[in-house]
Amino acid sequence: MSAAYASVLGAVFDLNHPAHVVEWHFIKLSVANIVVIGLMLVVFALAILLPFPGAVRRRQGDS
Amino acid sequence: MSAQPTSSAPGAHPASWTGRVREAAVAALPPEKLLPEGQPTYVASWIYVFGVASIASLVVIIGSGCILALKGPAWWHYTGVGHFFNSIHLWAVELFFFVTVVHLWGKYWMAAWRGGRTRVWITGAVTFLVAIPCALTGYVSQQNFDAQWISTQAKDAMNSVGIGAFFNLTNFGQMYSYHVLLLPVAVVALVAAHVLLVRRHGVVPPFQISQRTATLTDAHPDGAGATATLGGSGGIAPPTSEQASGPSTGAPS
Repeated sequence: MSAAYASVLGAVFDLNHPAHVVEWHFIKLSVANIVVIGLMLVVFALAILLPFPGAVRRRQGDS
Repeated sequence: MSAQPTSSAPGAHPASWTGRVREAAVAALPPEKLLPEGQPTYVASWIYVFGVASIASLVVIIGSGCILALKGPAWWHYTGVGHFFNSIHLWAVELFFFVTVVHLWGKYWMAAWRGGRTRVWITGAVTFLVAIPCALTGYVSQQNFDAQWISTQAKDAMNSVGIGAFFNLTNFGQMYSYHVLLLPVAVVALVAAHVLLVRRHGVVPPFQISQRTATLTDAHPDGAGATATLGGSGGIAPPTSEQASGPSTGAPS
């Protein structure tokens, strides 16, 4: 990776610091992990709610 | 002496252990069940996609891991190509756990152990548990300060539960062997068993279909009702009332 490219990325994602963490009683999670867990919940909800392409046609064709 | 291999007469019990294994394998997984041409209509849902997404990411993990193993653990430090494949390997693992957790949530909330699928659920859960140390041993195989820091911190956890003498995180050779051979072989074997069990028992149906299948099968003991319910969208047989129903079918739909 070139130095210029690295400096641009570094300006967007400044990783030169300890990780940000959220503490609540005995629970201690990094912000990065909370973001990933949140994304998994969003994807899980979308997987249940969004219609699958062709699903209605298949069910109608079978009935 | 005949050059032709000997075999038992048709219908006779095989005399050799290979014949008995073959008959047991074909009885447990007939070819049309092992490689079906279609799935029931209820599989046309996004929540059923995450199982195969887990397998797809595992294939990328194994492929990129093989390339990294061929070149050695230090390769990715001094070449751009090595860094590329190391990043592919890392992000495939991230994706694997992401989609596997969504797959696990989906199967938990549809009680995927219903209808005689206990072993399907257990092999999936154990695969997830074995995949965790498989991934964590990768962190201590990086050959950098990050790996040193993680291994010296994590060894205290192993020592505190009394397994530090057997699982030494500061022993690079041991951790690397676990990471590239022992644990991946276990994960792949468990995934293979999991997939074969899914093929044998069929994909778990939603609660509504389980209840309707059980009701219709009671009304039509010959099974005609169950076929009509699922509509058989391809070469796979719909689950029997025993497979489709289970102790949890009284759950709200």
